[in-house]
Amino acid sequence: MKDTSLYNVLYIDLTEGKYEVQERRDLFEKYIGGAGVAIKLLEEECPKGADPLSPDNPIVFAVGPFTALYPLASKTVAMFKSPLTGNLGESHAGGRSAVAIRLAGYGAIVIKGASEKPVYISIVNDQVKIRDATTLWGMRSSYAVGRVLREVEPGAGRRTIMRIGIAGENLVRYASVVVESYRHFGRLGLGAVFGSKKLKAMVVVGTRSVEIEDLKGYMEVYEEIYREVTGTEVMSKYHVLGTAENVLPLNALGALPTRNLQQTRFEQAENISGEILAEKFLAKKIACTHCPIGCIHLAALRIAFAPGHEYETLIIPYDYEPIYALGSMLGIGSPEALLRLIEKVDGLGLDAMSTGVAMAWATEAYRRGLIGDEETMGLRPNWGEDVEVYIRMAERIARRANEFYSTLADGVEAAASKYGGLDFALTCGGNEMPGYHTGPAALVGFLVGARHSHLDNAGYSLDQKVLRSPISDEEMVDRLIEEERLRNVLTSLVVCLFSRGAYKVERVIKALEPLGVHTTKEELLKIGAEIQRAKMEFKAREGYNPYKLRIAKRFFETPTPHGKLSEDRVRRMIELYVEKAGFKDLFKP
Amino acid sequence: MPYRLAVVDIEKCIGCYNCMFACSRLRFKEASLAKSAIQVRSAGGIERGFVVVVCRACIDPPCAKSCPTGALQPRPGGGVVFDESKCQSCRNCVEACIIRAIVWDEERNKPITCLHCGYCAKFCPHEVITLEPIGRELVV
Repeated sequence: MKDTSLYNVLYIDLTEGKYEVQERRDLFEKYIGGAGVAIKLLEEECPKGADPLSPDNPIVFAVGPFTALYPLASKTVAMFKSPLTGNLGESHAGGRSAVAIRLAGYGAIVIKGASEKPVYISIVNDQVKIRDATTLWGMRSSYAVGRVLREVEPGAGRRTIMRIGIAGENLVRYASVVVESYRHFGRLGLGAVFGSKKLKAMVVVGTRSVEIEDLKGYMEVYEEIYREVTGTEVMSKYHVLGTAENVLPLNALGALPTRNLQQTRFEQAENISGEILAEKFLAKKIACTHCPIGCIHLAALRIAFAPGHEYETLIIPYDYEPIYALGSMLGIGSPEALLRLIEKVDGLGLDAMSTGVAMAWATEAYRRGLIGDEETMGLRPNWGEDVEVYIRMAERIARRANEFYSTLADGVEAAASKYGGLDFALTCGGNEMPGYHTGPAALVGFLVGARHSHLDNAGYSLDQKVLRSPISDEEMVDRLIEEERLRNVLTSLVVCLFSRGAYKVERVIKALEPLGVHTTKEELLKIGAEIQRAKMEFKAREGYNPYKLRIAKRFFETPTPHGKLSEDRVRRMIELYVEKAGFKDLFKP
Repeated sequence: MPYRLAVVDIEKCIGCYNCMFACSRLRFKEASLAKSAIQVRSAGGIERGFVVVVCRACIDPPCAKSCPTGALQPRPGGGVVFDESKCQSCRNCVEACIIRAIVWDEERNKPITCLHCGYCAKFCPHEVITLEPIGRELVV
């Protein structure tokens, strides 16, 4: 590649207060960028058995060769050891993060060590400063932190501002990092790792340029991709209603987890559907940098806070996953209540999905008498009856208000291990479940996926595709493996997974050409498989074992569109997965 | 008939910056948000919307008047034409433009002025910007 700035890795050591840049051409040439380079850097920097909340745990941010160059190459990959699962932590976010990092002159940023006092990092191209954040620590809302940094840091209007809320400060193991107010590194506890380093925020301003090897070829491919994503149906779903479009189809299918997965149809689904939210609350749609789609749906919620027409208006981002986790999963069927809860959870810097599943477990545990008023500090959760209860519960989790909430802040698995109710503690590999009870592919996919996310291998999509023309379990497993390998290529480039329709492998090869990278389909898929293998090696090293997974009974009790799943079948599919993916040497039955 | 680039509906802007990347690609053969004649930025928190700054194609451009060497000359119909060989990098033009539509290219140490070519408008997904014949707004 003509532009070698991608190879620059910025290493920041918070213990020493120092930084340096190393050229890591070796990693980027072999593993593309993004997820591929991040897993290698994590492997290098994270000692075996490191406490995820100790200075030993590094944070890696990586972008890729498409970042700043092609439309929808808008995501940054974060990797770290997860304080929630104890193995691989991987989370992706958009906003302005990716383009800012690349145009600041880096392909990756590694943050090591820990500060004694609260700090934030300010990166303006090659200037890196570690600044005092004492005054920002303990601030009630992550939104306010963004407002302060907006005033004191340069690069207004085009920079990224990543920050944690009080959940991250208090080391809640599923705390998020909020990006540009409305995007998140949500899953697996990056916010807690920030908090453990006393790192409140990171601002990145990039004003450099990326040179292009073959301009003519580049412009041709660029326009082809642009035309496809804006002029055809390939991405319309994400633009029109956004991911919230999924609510009604999944509900109709009987796959929308409801009331802690006691049901898969929610009688009030209509009220919290993408259609109703768009009709009544959608204020505007905005985009991540370099994405012409604009899938970020912002709702405006007007609330009367006192008599006499005293109103405040909250601007709240919504997506399918928060709607599922903080809506149907808690039995919340009022859109106003749901939006208020999303706003609260984001402001606290909690992952919406894990928090929703945690509060759903707590509700069921409370209804069954496993926990009482002493544990909940007087809150009496009852499936969406009163959203105030959930708003206060989220706050108490974020503050680790008592022993119970502090345990819940360690995850559903930790809470159920202590208070009982493991049968309905809905985690997969220690990570709270995503919003799809679609069938065997989804469940197996969550359990074996490297980050235990629906986005790893899209089993939820496969389940729906094969509903009318069933395939064998063996073929299902093959397709999960194939999909995850392919996605590892996309998340190494790094493009948004929503644009996967426009970034088929052939297109990826064509788009790499003008950048001076010549490759083949076989080569790319081989790299995808190697990245997958590297992730699994890291997971195995840190104690993950697919043969020994706890799978909550609830997953088998509640029917999916494919009928009730049996534990035997799911475990057989996991075994098949380990064999077919070539991971048998990594795990002992 | 001369054309000019115009912001027609700022409220529709989603902040995707595709126009800026288009300008830097065409004019500078690079991917950049620093080298672009059109500038988009959030108006202080993205919930408050975006600001899009483009050259207004003044008939009697203050930037040209402020140029001591004649490097910036009025363009027929509005806006300016830039002759780099005459530019002494004084930055008077940047100050002279009240809407700050002249971007300074820190690498070349020269101003970036809009050509009103309209290439950026092709990459606006919501018709926030458009290339319009100068004078059309008076016909309405």
